Amino acid sequence: MNFVFDFSVNDFFYMVKGLGISVTLTLWSVILGTILGIIFGFIRSIAGIFLNFFIGSILDIFRSIPLLIQLILINALSSIFKFGFSPFEVSCFVLAIYTSAYVTETVRSGILSVPIPFLKSSRSLGLTYLQTLKEITFPLALRVSLPAWVGVTLGVFKDTSLVLWIGIIELLKSSQIIITRTQEPILILTIAGILYFTVSFCFTRVTNILEKRWERYEL
Amino acid sequence: MNYTFHWYPAFKLLPKMLYGSITTIEIAFLSIIFGIILGAILALAKNSNNKIIFSIANIWIEISRNTPALYQIYMVYFGLGTFGIYVGSFGALLIGITFNNSGYLAETFRGGLRAIPATQMKTGRSLGMNFFQSFIYIILPQLFRIVFHSVTNQTVLAILMTSLGVIVGMNTDLMGVTNELNALSFRTFEYFLLAAVLYYLITKIFLNSAYLLSYKLFRY
Repeated sequence: MNFVFDFSVNDFFYMVKGLGISVTLTLWSVILGTILGIIFGFIRSIAGIFLNFFIGSILDIFRSIPLLIQLILINALSSIFKFGFSPFEVSCFVLAIYTSAYVTETVRSGILSVPIPFLKSSRSLGLTYLQTLKEITFPLALRVSLPAWVGVTLGVFKDTSLVLWIGIIELLKSSQIIITRTQEPILILTIAGILYFTVSFCFTRVTNILEKRWERYEL
Repeated sequence: MNYTFHWYPAFKLLPKMLYGSITTIEIAFLSIIFGIILGAILALAKNSNNKIIFSIANIWIEISRNTPALYQIYMVYFGLGTFGIYVGSFGALLIGITFNNSGYLAETFRGGLRAIPATQMKTGRSLGMNFFQSFIYIILPQLFRIVFHSVTNQTVLAILMTSLGVIVGMNTDLMGVTNELNALSFRTFEYFLLAAVLYYLITKIFLNSAYLLSYKLFRY
């Protein structure tokens, strides 16, 4: 019988599979979190002091507690109440709420950054409230919020490495498993680092190009 | 649901957790202080005209900003052993978080330096101060005011990041203590909820005192 102790191509594919799980997790949680964040952010930008304070302080809790503890708590709750969620679903849920807490602030500051004369003049030109939202507020707010949103997304992608604690084999865990066999931590961790780096670097580049393209429509 | 919550055992262990949170605060503050020093050096290095110094600083900053904090802690904990350097969990956590902070703070400082007009430095020089005098007496106080808010936020992130130490076997900080106690009784939800409340209080107390401090400092 032959045992392989060196780093092989299969190991690399195993790590890429782990990267795939990290990226899938990021995609789900960012999509859900952005939708929630836009809703909360919109409510926060138009709501009165009381509702604003209420939503703000609830979402603030998720930004002041370590993500690891949030994962552990929700995972424990899901087993206590026998919800029957898989660890993947639990971490999607936690990461989505975590993302929405950050996206809410981004969206709110984006919407508040639109100058009020713009809104008034669009109303006086005969646009309805919804038309103003669609044609004036959202395009202008999007341009302000996008860089911060990119930062949040990258942060979430990096934070997906924490889900190894509740038993999901993502990139970092898969490299740890391979290290246990080959005992070459530097080589394998470097490959994992290059994978992480490539994904987040490419994402930054793509959004930079997008921002450049939108600069033509600057105010 | 046939699970009864037991809060009393959790509250009985509160002193141990509080003792652990001292270590948490200690690591966070040490890492932010080293991070500020390294970040300032990196920011100056990235502004330098020397190509080698520039690219070293650039690579450092890009790596620390584009890889997860947990990955950096792993790299220190498992990776440095290859070179015959052995750091414990405490060292790995401290070095990892410091590395992470330094990259983010370097970008903050660079942005702050760019916001100060170049005429400020020229004015200082023309008044007879040398480079270091004008940097310390003119540029630094203004820079401090600009970056104060970002440094506060980064400190909060550092406090939260200390919880990652438990993954590399740290057992003296708040998260590590909670995890060890959890292994004794498996009252996971109660213990970690208490730890979460403590983390929340630590960050809130820190943020509010920073707010008061900024109110005192930046009155003028």
